Amino acid sequence: MSILVDKDTKVIVQGFTGKQGTFHATQALEYGTRIVGGVTPGRGGETHLDLPIFNTVKDAVRETGAQASMIYVPGGFAADAILEAAEGGIKVIACITEGIPVLDMLKVKAALAYYDDVRLIGPNCPGIITPDDCKIGIMPGHIHQKGRIGIVSRSGTLTYEAVKQTTDAGLGQSTCVGIGGDPIQGMSFVDVLELFKDDPQTEGVVMVGEIGGTAEEEAAEYIRAHVNKPVVAYIAGVTAPPGKRMGHAGAIISGGKGTADDKFGALEKAGVATVRSPAEIGERMKALLG
Amino acid sequence: MNLHEYQSKELFSEYSIPIPKGDVAASADEAVAVADKLGGSVWVVKAQVHAGGRGKAGGVKVCKSRDEVREYTQSILGTRLVTHQTDDKGMPVNSVMVEQGLDIQSELYLGALVDRSSKRVVFMASAAGGMDIEEVAATEPEKIVTVAVNPVAGLQAFQCRQVGFALGLDGNQVKQLAKVMDGLYRLFMARDLSLIEINPLIVTGEGELLALDAKVNVDDNAIEVGRQKAIEAMYDPSQEDPTEVEAAEHNLNYITLDGNIGCMVNGAGLAMATMDVVKVHGGEPANFLDVGGGTNTERVTAAFKLILSSDSVEGVLVNIFGGIVRCDMIAEGIIAAVKEVGVNVPVVVRLEGTNVEQGKAMLRDSGLDLIAADDLSDAAQKMVAAVGKAA
Repeated sequence: MSILVDKDTKVIVQGFTGKQGTFHATQALEYGTRIVGGVTPGRGGETHLDLPIFNTVKDAVRETGAQASMIYVPGGFAADAILEAAEGGIKVIACITEGIPVLDMLKVKAALAYYDDVRLIGPNCPGIITPDDCKIGIMPGHIHQKGRIGIVSRSGTLTYEAVKQTTDAGLGQSTCVGIGGDPIQGMSFVDVLELFKDDPQTEGVVMVGEIGGTAEEEAAEYIRAHVNKPVVAYIAGVTAPPGKRMGHAGAIISGGKGTADDKFGALEKAGVATVRSPAEIGERMKALLG
Repeated sequence: MNLHEYQSKELFSEYSIPIPKGDVAASADEAVAVADKLGGSVWVVKAQVHAGGRGKAGGVKVCKSRDEVREYTQSILGTRLVTHQTDDKGMPVNSVMVEQGLDIQSELYLGALVDRSSKRVVFMASAAGGMDIEEVAATEPEKIVTVAVNPVAGLQAFQCRQVGFALGLDGNQVKQLAKVMDGLYRLFMARDLSLIEINPLIVTGEGELLALDAKVNVDDNAIEVGRQKAIEAMYDPSQEDPTEVEAAEHNLNYITLDGNIGCMVNGAGLAMATMDVVKVHGGEPANFLDVGGGTNTERVTAAFKLILSSDSVEGVLVNIFGGIVRCDMIAEGIIAAVKEVGVNVPVVVRLEGTNVEQGKAMLRDSGLDLIAADDLSDAAQKMVAAVGKAA
């Protein structure tokens, strides 16, 4: 088993005929993903990559039975695309787009509360992959290997680093989820950990965090209370300089929290194995699994 | 994107948030003209820079005569103001704001930002406004009152009352505060702000609330998608680090640091991780540089130039995890860049991803003095060793 997506997941592409959408849809098809069509308003009825184009997500879902969508529309239109997917009946939405205005995501987040069973991954993320079965996103497929480790990460290329390590260590991955680095995002670490916890294929979890916010601290608390599988965590940004700032609001709201040291501390207290270099992720997990 | 105080106050006016009478001036003559127009006998002259802590740094002066307005403006224009929120080079002062002097009864703090934990716009306020607000937040957090706005319902009157009474305001002032907060919230949502701050929000001798200072930060993504044209026109590049401005023109994300090891990495997370590992192995990064996803020769060349524009760089560590981008293409970019820029410090390259063997072979056969590394730790160790040897 895996989480969220598998070999039977039918996927559509929003922003299908654009440069990004075309390139990554092609890659996903080559990987074996069941792409069943795409959406480009005004071009419904045509075909692209030998697949049907629809004017709306609703049409695409009705005609193809798609359950998942990957979104490649530009930042100014992405909030609309996410909500169209949710309203159109898509259950797993992976939004790759970066540069979405934060207030758009604020509204999207509030609006998604009306859809109980819709999962948003991202935005500004590499997407989600269940190795050998389903690749929804921009990650290089060939570094993955079907296996035992669930990976959840806020960072793009750093996710690939964790993937390669677990592949090289012979562990492989069950599913890898890039939750994205934006201030307001869809699924959180906790949301993904909850699924990995109950997934029989996932024997251990690698978590890759970054400085800022409190998502890693919340994950630590969740792991302490609920997760019995081994977790290896790396947090990027120990040496990151404090950002230039204007005014005091950021410092007041964070109360001095959100540094890499805070996050490492919270995770260690929760029994998580932490590493100070991403190069140690694979070996550390291998040692834990025995 | 940050705005100047005078620009922020223009926005405040549009949303009926009360501000003192005043105007911006770019010369001593203009400053005196503003003072004359305002009348009265006391004026406040404030340096316009994108940083807080101006008062303590000598960037704000209460002037009791026209001559004092002239002298102070002359003394501060054209200088660089160093505050605890700037680096030690400070920010250039190209204009000042001249405002009427006011009878201040008390100083409050009022701010709003997008809070990533609650995923809402959160207002923060304190009766202990003024220069030491961060100290208050750290040592007496109970003196900060916060309310989170439900994005569906918007800011509610009860939330404003909650803040107002917590600040110890009287009934009439609570009504004024509600008007200020309503204006701030509408401004925040309409103009895609990420942060707004009034410190201090004063109560005058007559019991009126006025925004004495104004700091506004606008969401860069909203500007990038082109829906805040009026605010985009307020951009002041003089307040930015010139290297970072140049980097932005090449779509590179670059931040200058103090060390001697230049870093070129794709992806912000991996870039931070690379800096961390350099540090773990005893080195000091000279910069943070994310060359982004679609790395090509032009960008790699621009990145090399940027890194080497700093005199303190004694080695360059290239760490690229080519996802969709092929390693042979990246190798080609590195080779072209090193040839064009004429790099004369050790360069360690770690490539990973699609076509990695081909990429490594190209680097090896290029005849250039590049040190190949296998993984992140190996790269950092080789870089630190090479710089140590060079020194």
